Amino acid sequence: MEYFIQQLINGLTLGAIYGLIAIGYTMVYGIIRMINFAHGEIYMLGAFISLIAFLVATTLGGASVAFGLLIALVSTMILTALWGWAVERLAYRPLRNAPKLAPLISAIGMSIVLQNFSQLSQGARVKPLPPLFKGGIELMHGNGFSVNLSYLQMVIMALTVVLMAVFTWVITRTSLGRAQRATEQDMKMAALLGVNTDRIISATFIMGATLAAVAGLMVTLYYGVIDFYIGFLAGIKAFTAAVLGGIGSLPGAMLGGLLIGLIEAFWSGYFSIEYKDVAVFAILVLVLLFRPTGLLGRPEVEKI
Amino acid sequence: MAGVNMTAALRDGVIGAVVAAALALPMLGFRLVDSSQALTLSTRFDWVAWAALAVGLGRFALALLRDTLPGRLPALPDWGARFPKMRLYVGWGMAGFAFVLPFLPIADRALVDKATMVLIYVMLGWGLNIVVGLAGLLDLGFVAFYAVGAYSYALLATKLDLSFWVSLPLAGVFAAGFGIMLGFPVLRLRGDYLAIVTLGFGEIIRVILQNWQDFTNGPAGIGAIPRPSLFGLVFTANAPEGKTTFADYFGLDFSGNHRVIFLYFIILVLALLTNLFTLRIRRLPIGRAWEALREDEIACRSLGLNPTTIKLSAFATGAMFAGFAGSFFATRQGFISPESFTFIESAVILAIVVLGGMGSQIGVVLAALLLVGLPEWFRELQQYRMLAFGGAMVLIMLWKPSGLLAHRSPTIRLNQEAG
Amino acid sequence: MMRSKLLEVEHVTMRFGGLFAVNDLSFSAANRSITAIIGPNGAGKTTLFNCITGFYKPQIGRLTLHHDDGPVLLERLDDYDIAKKARVGRTFQNIRLFARMSVLENLIVAQHNTLMRASALSLAGLLGLARYGKAEKLAVDKARYWLNKVDLLDHADADAGSLPYGSQRRLEIARAMCTDPLLLCLDEPAAGLNPRESLELNTLLTGIRDEHGIGLLLIEHDMSVVMGISDWVVVLDYGRKIAEGTPVEIRNDPAVIRAYLGEADDEDEDR
Repeated sequence: MEYFIQQLINGLTLGAIYGLIAIGYTMVYGIIRMINFAHGEIYMLGAFISLIAFLVATTLGGASVAFGLLIALVSTMILTALWGWAVERLAYRPLRNAPKLAPLISAIGMSIVLQNFSQLSQGARVKPLPPLFKGGIELMHGNGFSVNLSYLQMVIMALTVVLMAVFTWVITRTSLGRAQRATEQDMKMAALLGVNTDRIISATFIMGATLAAVAGLMVTLYYGVIDFYIGFLAGIKAFTAAVLGGIGSLPGAMLGGLLIGLIEAFWSGYFSIEYKDVAVFAILVLVLLFRPTGLLGRPEVEKI
Repeated sequence: MAGVNMTAALRDGVIGAVVAAALALPMLGFRLVDSSQALTLSTRFDWVAWAALAVGLGRFALALLRDTLPGRLPALPDWGARFPKMRLYVGWGMAGFAFVLPFLPIADRALVDKATMVLIYVMLGWGLNIVVGLAGLLDLGFVAFYAVGAYSYALLATKLDLSFWVSLPLAGVFAAGFGIMLGFPVLRLRGDYLAIVTLGFGEIIRVILQNWQDFTNGPAGIGAIPRPSLFGLVFTANAPEGKTTFADYFGLDFSGNHRVIFLYFIILVLALLTNLFTLRIRRLPIGRAWEALREDEIACRSLGLNPTTIKLSAFATGAMFAGFAGSFFATRQGFISPESFTFIESAVILAIVVLGGMGSQIGVVLAALLLVGLPEWFRELQQYRMLAFGGAMVLIMLWKPSGLLAHRSPTIRLNQEAG
Repeated sequence: MMRSKLLEVEHVTMRFGGLFAVNDLSFSAANRSITAIIGPNGAGKTTLFNCITGFYKPQIGRLTLHHDDGPVLLERLDDYDIAKKARVGRTFQNIRLFARMSVLENLIVAQHNTLMRASALSLAGLLGLARYGKAEKLAVDKARYWLNKVDLLDHADADAGSLPYGSQRRLEIARAMCTDPLLLCLDEPAAGLNPRESLELNTLLTGIRDEHGIGLLLIEHDMSVVMGISDWVVVLDYGRKIAEGTPVEIRNDPAVIRAYLGEADDEDEDR
């Protein structure tokens, strides 16, 4: 029981991170029907930038960890968003009316470029960061096993909830969100009605990258090690999460992320850590067989 | 007028430089240094300045050129459409050149090796072309079938002592079987869902190869995979018991090159068979059904075509050729491990198909030469190779979004004289 | 001319969410005749077509196609089997051609099942056996016949997507006919045609009825087509049948005039 709860906490933490990345995939897919393959790399850049920004902030601003983190969070969000914007502007926008596979190949190319760029500019070795948040609270204790909720896990979950609330508000209540939803429904019509769709698409990429940046910062703090290769697997998992939850749906992406985090945690906890990725994909296939549009995706009637 | 353009171009340049500086600042301006005590930073702001300058100037130049030149980039003429016979001649010319290549004076061992590598990708590209180019199914896990073929041969040869020529068809059958096994549940899914499931399948196969120690020997891989023989003639310096070496039989001095050339011819023939198969099947009902399915699945259903079996046949056929290529890869390397079958391989093969121009057989050859052959020459620049590779993928797509050779001509004509 | 019941629609109901697109609809269409389904936009005409051709499965009701050797229940078949086994052909409101394949190839694909049988699942063709060559020649002959019928013989080797709109509509009809249907369902075949093309369409459709002896089911807004060629008219409104009868009866039916023809008066006047 204690072990179960511990895995639940670990799974939710991991799932929150996947969910934040998955939102970037789902938003971009919803609006331009494209798998933004480079999104995992944007998250990886976010992790690097956050680490660099944190070190710069603590070097310049003294030893306050909290202050350093706040600076790191804000600057990472801004700079990573700029990367997300630049990738769309350079590699995807010129292909807006191209055959369907062209942007996908361009995205895969961009993903390779960003990965190797990071490797070349920051070196291939794993970058370790000593844990900043120590301690936590002990929730329960029994059978010689104590269930811990670390302060860091609390921060990650709280931050995720806050970000989700802000994003839901932006999408449902602001004029930007309204324009975004209109573009998602029918890009041509939205453009005819005076929505600057290019700008909306840029905004979508910026929002997705911002969330991925936060996920990058969280991972840096949570695992304490990052390298140039972390974007690939996290990207695949997050995309799987988006599909699992129903691609195009924001709550679906978060739900999918949490589910995948939980599956991974429980599978590694109870079965084997080696086959956790197999379990994730097997469950994806199972879900798609019974609900072809994902858990929260709208079932679509084929237009004939 | 020139003045107005100049200011606009200048503005573009300055904006570009500022953006580039902001992008470069964290990643180039600082470098994480992992010393023994702690993680620290070193700075190299000069790099940021150079990056900003380069992008700014580039942007400025582009803005100026756009106003002076009619198009942004020179457009390739559509050779295929202009000279219908041309592709036939080019095809035969390429095949002929490939056959004499090992005997040309320029051909040393390294060149033949590189050509063999390129041919493996040409064959994989042709195999995937059936799935993506003809049937329009987005497969991001093609490498899985390549791996199945490679491991099939490696295991059949090392555990059951089967020869290459017996294992080759078996490897194809196994790969096709995996294709059907995966395809059956997932081919009903819409395009992009299929992409993620195939991608996942590719990863699953790799994870299993890595972790099923008893069967696949895990990350250490399988070594000492036997080499193929030519009608029983072996390519070694000294013949094992009861065998004759190729060199002895033909009264030649032994040379390691013989085997390299022999392997080259095996893959050349395998690849050409793949090509012949595709050219032929495109003119048959099943091949036309693949293309029709790519064009409009609903119309297909209204004409009595069962989409599931048609997709499955394309999927299995593509997988079979990947299986053949895989067992060749295993016998050529003599050693395989899961590391050779990562996602990046799938991405490269898909890129070859799309860059070549979906469905175009010669396009696949051009793209394979460009993406696999060219980088082989720049091995020395190892670290920049992949960077350039990814950059090339993006640039070619921006330049020719429908691929290098996108022209398609009908598989059957009513009015023959048209060509 | 012998006319027997070909298609029988009984109590068919198709619901999307809370909306009844087709509501307890019953009618029948005869062999060797043209039955028109008319009604205002959103009356459920295309939904009915999708039920008949198997793209939708009605929640309630029965759809029967009477073959010579007995009835076939359509609602139990998959869409591709409805084309293959029940032999119902159709066209689409938004033309669905294989745009990047040639006109001839479009017609050859339509004969897929016959050719697959002849080529032993393409294996005979792969080995270059004569038996496949013969089957392909027959397929080309049939395609040529229909190309001639729809006046596209000169464009046989052009990409289907490059044809003008009216030609694409005719090609789609030819393609459906290449499957040898017993019932041909046409979803607004005259939409977007000019008056001359519309007249040619009339000739083509009556020709198919009279020479090939099959039944045609027609959704159409163009009243000159409906009144000119149909033998029987069924009027739908909000998913229900509000009238059926001969064109003359329908034209004078007060319920129909109220629901639908009211706006189309002037079109009737010039006849």
